[in-house]
Amino acid sequence: MSGRSVLHRMDWITVLIFLLLVGMGWMNIYSSTYDEGNSSIFDLSQEYGKQLVFIAISLASIVLVLGLEASFYERFSSLLYLLTLLLLIGLFPFGKTIAGATSWYDLGFFNLQPSELAKTATALALAKYLSDIQTDIKRRKDQLYALLIIILPALLIIPQPDPGSALVFFALVFVLFREGLPLWYLGVALVAVLIFITTLMFGSAWVGIGLGLALIMVFLLKKPTAKIPFLPVAGLYVLAMAFSLSVNFVFENVFEQRHRDRFSLWLRLEKDPEKLEEIRKTIGYNTYQSEKAIESGGTLGKGFLEGTRTKGDFVPEQHTDYIFTTVGEEWGFVGTSTVVLLFTILLLRLVHLAERQKNPFSRMYGYGVVSILMVHYFINIGMVIGMLPTIGIPLPFFSYGGSGLIGFTLLLFILLRLDANRLKEWD
Amino acid sequence: MKKLVLSSIIILVGISFLGRLSYLQLFRFSEDHLLEDPAVKVVYDYPERGYIYDRSGKLLVANQPAYDVMVIPREVQPLDTTEFCTLLGISRERFIGQMQKARIYSPRLPSVLVPQLSKEDYAGLQEKMRKYKGFYIEKRSLRDYKTNAGANVLGYISEVNEWDLKSNPYYELGELTGRTGIEKQYEEVLRGQKGVKYIQKDRFNRDIGPYKDGVKDLPSIRGTELHITLDKELQEYGELLMRGKRGGIVAIEPGSGEILTMISGPTYEPSLLVGRERSKNYSTLHNDSLSRPTWDRSILAEPSPGSPFKTLQALAALQEGVISPETPFTCYNGFYVGNRKRGCHCGGGTRTMNTGIYKSCNAYFAGAFRRFYDKFETSDKAMDVWEGHMKSFGLGNYLGYDLPTGRPGRIPGKDYYDRVYGDGRWSSTYIISNAIGQGEVAATPIQLANMTAAIANRGFYYTPHLIKKIGEETIDDPQYTERKYTTIDPEHFAPVVQGMADVYEKGTARWLQVPGVKIAGKTGTVENFTIIDGVRKQLTDHSVFVAFAPVDNPQIALAVYIENGYYGARYAGHIASLLIEKYLKGTISRKDLEKRMLEKTLEHEYAKPYSGEDFKINEYVW
Repeated sequence: MSGRSVLHRMDWITVLIFLLLVGMGWMNIYSSTYDEGNSSIFDLSQEYGKQLVFIAISLASIVLVLGLEASFYERFSSLLYLLTLLLLIGLFPFGKTIAGATSWYDLGFFNLQPSELAKTATALALAKYLSDIQTDIKRRKDQLYALLIIILPALLIIPQPDPGSALVFFALVFVLFREGLPLWYLGVALVAVLIFITTLMFGSAWVGIGLGLALIMVFLLKKPTAKIPFLPVAGLYVLAMAFSLSVNFVFENVFEQRHRDRFSLWLRLEKDPEKLEEIRKTIGYNTYQSEKAIESGGTLGKGFLEGTRTKGDFVPEQHTDYIFTTVGEEWGFVGTSTVVLLFTILLLRLVHLAERQKNPFSRMYGYGVVSILMVHYFINIGMVIGMLPTIGIPLPFFSYGGSGLIGFTLLLFILLRLDANRLKEWD
Repeated sequence: MKKLVLSSIIILVGISFLGRLSYLQLFRFSEDHLLEDPAVKVVYDYPERGYIYDRSGKLLVANQPAYDVMVIPREVQPLDTTEFCTLLGISRERFIGQMQKARIYSPRLPSVLVPQLSKEDYAGLQEKMRKYKGFYIEKRSLRDYKTNAGANVLGYISEVNEWDLKSNPYYELGELTGRTGIEKQYEEVLRGQKGVKYIQKDRFNRDIGPYKDGVKDLPSIRGTELHITLDKELQEYGELLMRGKRGGIVAIEPGSGEILTMISGPTYEPSLLVGRERSKNYSTLHNDSLSRPTWDRSILAEPSPGSPFKTLQALAALQEGVISPETPFTCYNGFYVGNRKRGCHCGGGTRTMNTGIYKSCNAYFAGAFRRFYDKFETSDKAMDVWEGHMKSFGLGNYLGYDLPTGRPGRIPGKDYYDRVYGDGRWSSTYIISNAIGQGEVAATPIQLANMTAAIANRGFYYTPHLIKKIGEETIDDPQYTERKYTTIDPEHFAPVVQGMADVYEKGTARWLQVPGVKIAGKTGTVENFTIIDGVRKQLTDHSVFVAFAPVDNPQIALAVYIENGYYGARYAGHIASLLIEKYLKGTISRKDLEKRMLEKTLEHEYAKPYSGEDFKINEYVW
């Protein structure tokens, strides 16, 4: 198959959105890192100059990705997965520590962060395992294996420490659901999260009463003919309450103070306004500054390179995890909603791409891509606009960082390469 | 179903993000974010306050630099407090207290730590300030007085308080504003407009250049100079004469309504309320509840006008045609109200208008007032007409001059008496004291001076005012440049003015003539009472005098009111005479008169009610 036909069959909508996001990302990186003293945008001592190099490398890697046969990815996925695991293990002796996390290899001009590449590799490996004719997702054992593929890299990343990146891997469970993992797993998880939050906010007693009332309602409203088995339901209730009670214990005894503070701030657990203000200015400083920066942008924003809070470096990590605040301040609601819409369209488009694959491997990989991108986008923007507690992960295609950009590009374009091949049988 | 789960989650996330973003950026956004923006520092550039000149261009008020030590609490770093306090010349307790106050006001906005250092203190401090992070020196301009007179007219400036900050967004903590007098009345003209610079800061609070290259910055606009109508020398001379006396003096140029001098005694040196001793001096002045030096008697005291008020009764009676200048009234060393006799000092006999005025005959004016009153069918009607005439001379209401404070005086109308005695239960006998300027009428010295100016002009006045020129612009405010006509026709003034001139020629002020100047005047001696230990007790009469000169071409009209100065011709008459001579001729020819006035004080009179012993009133002590 020739390169030309790949280009011909590529999903250009996705490519366009990709280019838009990367371009907008770079503009905002430029704005948040430039100094008036420096004039050249190619200044390699500056982040915006380096990011240009990363963009160039990413574009080059696209050529590589598209140049390889589609079957290559399925065939070598296990190998790639093992390779990244080795790279993650290798960090323990050889890694470079930046800001307390040993997550990088020092390659001289460039720090490589293997966890960014591991996402792609894991998505491939999971797709490969699930699409195996031998695998049946309804089987407990296979479910366990699939989970293992997801968890293994996460376990290696957590002690770096980089819990944020580790969390991303769990997004891959969406692939499992798509492929037949019972949805009630998801329901149980949701209920657990709900109980966790409500317990923190209102206490176990109220959660118990609430759940009890809900059950009574179910009994009252059920059709006379329908029979609800009493014992299992009671058992579930006891289980839920046990969980609720354990939440308090875990929160008070297992969590560290900084975690508790994050939840306090997020769920407004602290009622004393003075203490809340104190938390807001110490551990909530980032969120406070980022919210204020976005707020100050208003409808139309202050204009490119005109953000006062951006210029004054008030938002920490602004060119990486908090890049969205620059959009908010300088481009206003128009800018932020454009970015949100672009991500929404991209993700929906990718779901569509995944669904139209005839080959199960491609479909599953597609779902993996969507899950990973979505979790990044959801957690990052959610954190920056104050809807979620602080979890430090980058915004795909937007945030400064070579490994991230290259990793996301590979992730996306492998899918496009597979998609370009969807009508053909494997050569 | 399974295919839709992820898509719905994506859409749900998108919607909630858009919702949150519109809350932040559309709903919670506020326009004035610049002042709240921690990334933008606002620096003000204070212009110099406008100078104040007198009517002939003599400088009254200039400026001197002063230096405030300011603090931005957030930027303060640990320091050697003892050393720093020694340097500033303040106590440790005061330092800690001020720091706390500043922190409460705002940790990131500047507050004043030590106000108004002198140039000398500043010179020593300047070098060492750099060592103390978070502190800096703000230059301000304080008033520098070129006169020791006119404190109450000029007013003073002081630091804005919390109420000012709330009510006027222009001001920032530590700024100065006019508090009383001219300084308050013309605050916006005098202060100019402060300049604003926005400076971009980084997270470490370092300046990193002008915000948006300075497009939002505003240059400062210098305060405009004022020329006021006061005559510096007359004012200073008048205040000299007022030493040891309490009361008020207002002199007006009748042809323009310009206030030539405005004196309240006792007064104080304007420079007392400038600089570091300011607050100490201020409390001393304000706590002096007996002599009340900051209470401007020339516009706030409201005594009964006394005999000068008789001139208006004559005019009103002439206007209503109830008497002619020749109509005679007989004085039986007094007059009868019902069967009660009220006294008169004129000597008795038949009085016409001329002798009635210059001998100040109570019986004559009681008679004239009765005629006036009887012309109308009802008391109400009579009172309305009478009230109209009186008020047309600027009495009984705020005059509308350009100072931020004042009193309306009182011309009692029918409503007043209905309230006091009951509806319809009073008649002319109840109110006849008004005819001789006693009773319920009350007027401030400036109202008396204005009334005199209206007589001098034979029927109109200009609202008295202090402003002459703002910058180079001569005022053209119709409030001050348009004539206010009285209800009396011009032809009725001649006999009254003649009577007033005869006050000097052969009447109560014949000892007070100024060589070569024809003056018209009217003395007043006002009974007054106080309450000592719950008992109503009469005090020595107030001395009142109104005059204008020269009679045929009036240049000055004035009213002098001296508390407990006894006869009108004594303290008030003397002072009026000296002021007229000073203003019209420049020098004083009657040195003995001047010497007496400069030396005599009334402190012994003012001490009487507080001595705790019985005392005599109206003693001849000179």
